Amino acid sequence: MTYHWDFFTVMQSFDLLLWGVWTTFLYTIGSIAIGVVVGAASCYARLSRFWWLRLISRSYQELFRCTPLLVQILWAYYALPMLLGVSISNTMAGLLTLSLYVGSFYAEIFRGGILALDKGQREASAAIGMSGLQSMRYVILPQAIKNMLPSFINQSVIQLKNTSLLYAISIAELTYMTSVVTSETYRPLEAYSLAAVLYFAMLFPLTQVADHFERRMRRSD
Amino acid sequence: MTNSAVISVAGLGKSFGKLEVLKGIDLDLMPGEVLGVIGPSGSGKSTLIRCLNMMEVPTSGTIRFKGREVSSRFRGRGEAIGTGELRRKVGMVFQHFNLFPHLTVLGNVTAGPIKVLGEPRAEVEARAMDLLGQVGLADKARAYPAHLSGGQKQRVAIARALAMRPEVLLLDEVTSALDPELVGEVLAVIRRLADTGMTMVLITHEMGFAADVASRVLFMEGGRIAEQGSAEEILRKPESERLRAFLARFHA
Repeated sequence: MTYHWDFFTVMQSFDLLLWGVWTTFLYTIGSIAIGVVVGAASCYARLSRFWWLRLISRSYQELFRCTPLLVQILWAYYALPMLLGVSISNTMAGLLTLSLYVGSFYAEIFRGGILALDKGQREASAAIGMSGLQSMRYVILPQAIKNMLPSFINQSVIQLKNTSLLYAISIAELTYMTSVVTSETYRPLEAYSLAAVLYFAMLFPLTQVADHFERRMRRSD
Repeated sequence: MTNSAVISVAGLGKSFGKLEVLKGIDLDLMPGEVLGVIGPSGSGKSTLIRCLNMMEVPTSGTIRFKGREVSSRFRGRGEAIGTGELRRKVGMVFQHFNLFPHLTVLGNVTAGPIKVLGEPRAEVEARAMDLLGQVGLADKARAYPAHLSGGQKQRVAIARALAMRPEVLLLDEVTSALDPELVGEVLAVIRRLADTGMTMVLITHEMGFAADVASRVLFMEGGRIAEQGSAEEILRKPESERLRAFLARFHA
């Protein structure tokens, strides 16, 4: 069997794919930004001395880590509005779910990075009169961020790929737009191959940057 | 209680769960005094010294700093002194140095005065360089802790504590983690500090050094002060059998 490749037809709809790339990019950046805030808050709560804060944070993390993201997205879009009696836009449902999902993973990455530090670091900063916040800012975080960066970037790479699940609630990200192009051109092979190339082109540079950082860090140790 | 003690401890107790580590310690630390603390491991030496700057919060009893009761909160209330202010005035040096690995030697020494005391950087750096000179490490100011020997690290840690211009310095087994040949350089720095009149509490296993530098020595055992007196009395003419046995292990 010889397949007659025809990228020309698909390339005529390339602007649609680019639109999808842009949307994917926005959802990734948006959900990472919100996820970092949520993750930091959840991490802080996990390290709190109040048991009920730890419990709430832990419950949130397990709920989002132990259910599939696709189910969460569908639930937020179709089920949650029924429960609350208000309509939720797909943008809202998608962004919120992605953010909370990645936040639950970030929280554990942050916590691990902080706990991996020797407790002598906190003691030494306290011994020169630093408050908890000062210690966090000047001593703990600068070191913890180094520890967490590789896992953080790894999780963020996964996050960009996870935006493809927004396809299920008709958000115009790259996978969805590819399906639109496919139905217009009847060229699924070319269209989905191109989509894969575009995802790769977005992520490969990022993983290279991550590797570069990791190597640089090892050097200073 | 009104006396001239810098730190005054009364009925101090500390338990970790069911384990009672300190059982009623009374202690007055006088200005300029160098208090040596000796005793077997598990006797509560380290817990005692860590209570003096509230690194451990006592279970019972009171600690006063220059007559002001010490609170376990960062900010004290009313007359009480909070841990933040206390630790600015009572410095501590740790067994394992605990230098900040992401900062240079100079960064380690200046962090406290700049971030905590809010003093101008140029002034603090000049003072830090002077301190590093005193501990013999001026040429290492731009180095990172990872590139220093244990003895050098500990001397930086002492300079870091001194940069806060503390009124009391707590030294928790500061030579125990060092290779034997590096102990001397750290002891020499402490010796010079003692000569300048710095008030210090030092836990040590270097009995010769304690005899040389301490104006008073406490022998702790089982969470209590078992014996105390001048270095001469405690180390040369021990009264109790337990202290004699303890010292015999070091002279052997």
